Amino acid sequence: MNHGTLLVFEVTILVLSIFLGFEVISKVPTLLHTPLMSGTNAIHGIVIVGAMLVAGTATDTFTKVIGFAAVVLASANVVGGFVVTDRMLEMFKKREPPKPAADDSDSTGAA
Amino acid sequence: MSKNLTDMLYLVTIVTFILALHYLSSPATARRGNQLGALGMVVAVAVTFAQPGMGNIWLILPGMVLGGGFGAVAARRVKMTAMPQMVALFNGVGGGAAALIAMAEFHNLAPLPGHLHVDTRLAIVLSALIGSVSFSGSMIAFAKLQDLIDGRPITYPGQKVGNLILLGAAAAFGIAICAGWEAQWALAALIGLSLLFGVLFVLPIGGADMPVVISLLNAFTGLAVAATGFELENNVLIVSGMLVGASGTFLTMMMSKAMNRSIANVLFGAFGQVTEQAAATAAGGTGTVRSASAEDVAIMLAYAQRVIIVPGYGMAVAQAQHDVRQLADLLEARGVKVDYAIHPVAGRMPGHMNVLLAEANVPYTQLKEMDEINPSFPQTDVALVIGANDVTNPAARSNPASPIYGMPILDVDKAKSVVVLKRSMNPGFAGIDNELYTEPQTVMLFGDAKDSVLNLIAAVKAL
Repeated sequence: MNHGTLLVFEVTILVLSIFLGFEVISKVPTLLHTPLMSGTNAIHGIVIVGAMLVAGTATDTFTKVIGFAAVVLASANVVGGFVVTDRMLEMFKKREPPKPAADDSDSTGAA
Repeated sequence: MSKNLTDMLYLVTIVTFILALHYLSSPATARRGNQLGALGMVVAVAVTFAQPGMGNIWLILPGMVLGGGFGAVAARRVKMTAMPQMVALFNGVGGGAAALIAMAEFHNLAPLPGHLHVDTRLAIVLSALIGSVSFSGSMIAFAKLQDLIDGRPITYPGQKVGNLILLGAAAAFGIAICAGWEAQWALAALIGLSLLFGVLFVLPIGGADMPVVISLLNAFTGLAVAATGFELENNVLIVSGMLVGASGTFLTMMMSKAMNRSIANVLFGAFGQVTEQAAATAAGGTGTVRSASAEDVAIMLAYAQRVIIVPGYGMAVAQAQHDVRQLADLLEARGVKVDYAIHPVAGRMPGHMNVLLAEANVPYTQLKEMDEINPSFPQTDVALVIGANDVTNPAARSNPASPIYGMPILDVDKAKSVVVLKRSMNPGFAGIDNELYTEPQTVMLFGDAKDSVLNLIAAVKAL
C-alpha cells in the first residue's frame, strides 16, 4: 500500500474509533466512572507496543536509551493500570442477604 | 510473523479493549471485561515480540520487569483513598512513553531522505507535545493530591499570558518541524517547552477540580498514543489511543457539566482562589450555627425512618468509609432505611466516593446518583453529611452572586433535619460559606469525620 492510501485508511479507522469511544462510554453508569478512567488508563498502556518496536529495532545508544525508558514507563502504565482497575472492580458487590426492597421514590415519611 | 497475521492478532486486541469498555456498563460484568482487556494486552505484547527484526530482548525484558514490577507493587499497595493520585501517575508515564517514542522516531527517520512525510512529522510533533504535557501535568496532579505540593490553586500575575506564550513557542517549533526542519534539538526544545507548560498548566488548578483535570489528562495520553500509532503505522495504537481519547473527552465534558462550569473555566479559572468578595456577600446572612453532641445525633438517627448519608472528600481524607458503613449497618438493624447520595464531583476523581464505599462493602445498589436521590430528600428524616460541603450548598440554587451558582447540588436542605459532620467552620474548597449550616433544621457535629462517626457508633450502641 502506498503511503497516501495507508494514511486515508488510518484516518478512517481513527474517525470510526472516535464515534465508537463516545458510544461505548455513554452507557457506563457514574457508579463506575473511576474504574472507567482507570480502565481506559490501562488501555492506553498499549503504547507499550510502540515502545517495544522502538527499543527492539534500536541500533545506536541514543535510541536504545530512549527505547528502554519508554518500555519502563509503558510497562508501569499497563501493569499498574490493569491491577488498580481490577482491585477497584473486585470491591463492587451486590448486597448478599435479600432485603424487602421499598420503592425509593415514594416511601411515605410519616413519622 | 507476517504483516497480515500481525494485524489480525492486533485486531483481536482491539476487540478485547472494546469489550472491556462495553462490560463496564454494569458492575456485574465490569471485572470480567477488565480481565479480558488485560488478556488482549498480553496478546499484543506477544505479537510484538514475534515481529521480524525485533532484537534487543535483553533491553526490553529488564525494562518490562522494572516498569511492570513498579506498577504492580504500587497498584497493590496503594490505599483506596490514594487512588486518584495513582491513576494520575500511571496516566503520566503513558504520556511520557509516547513522547519518548516520538523522539526516537524523529531521531531515526530524519537522516533517511523521503521517510519523513508531512503527516508523520505532524504525528511526531503531536505525540511529543501532548504526551509531554500529559506527563508533567499528571506528575503535578499526583504531587498535589499526594500533598507533596500545596493543593490550592497557585497563581501569580501574568500566568495565563505566560502559559499562552509557552504553548505558542512549543507550537512554533512544531510547525517548523512539520514544514521540514529536521534539527534534533528543535524537537527536544518542543518537548522541554511542553513539559514546562504541563507543570504551569496544572499548578493553578485546585484540588476539587482534579476529577476534571485527571480525566482530561487521560484523554490527552490517549490522543498522544493515537498519534504514536500514525508514526509507527500501527492500527492497534491508533484505535486504542483514540478510544481512550474520545472516552476521556466525553467524561471530562460530563464532569464539567455536573459542576455547571465550562471546561475552560475549570482549567483557567483558578477556582477557589479569588472569591473573597463573593464570600463576603454570601456570608451576609447572620444565621447562627447550632452544634450538637454525638448522643443527640445518635438519637435523631436511631429513631429516624429514613436516613441519607452524603459523603464527600472529608470522608476520604479521614478514611472513615468503613466506620460509616458500620454506622449504617447499626441503623439498618434498627429498621432505619439508609441510602447514600453520591454527587458526580464529590471527591477527587469521578466516582471516587463509589469506590471508597465499595471498598467498605457497601452494596452498590445503595449508592444513589444525584438525580435518583434528590426527590427523596423531602421524605427523609435525617440527611447525614460527612465531609461534603460545596455539593450541598443551597446557594448554588438561590444566590446568583455565588461562584457555584447554577451547579446541580444534592437537595440536602430539603430533608427534615440535617446533620453535618465537619472539622471546623472553615469554608469549603470554593472558599464560600455554606448557607446550609445556618438553616434551622441543621445541626453541626464538629470534629474529624472518623472520630465523629466512631462516637456516633458508640452512642447508637448505647441507646
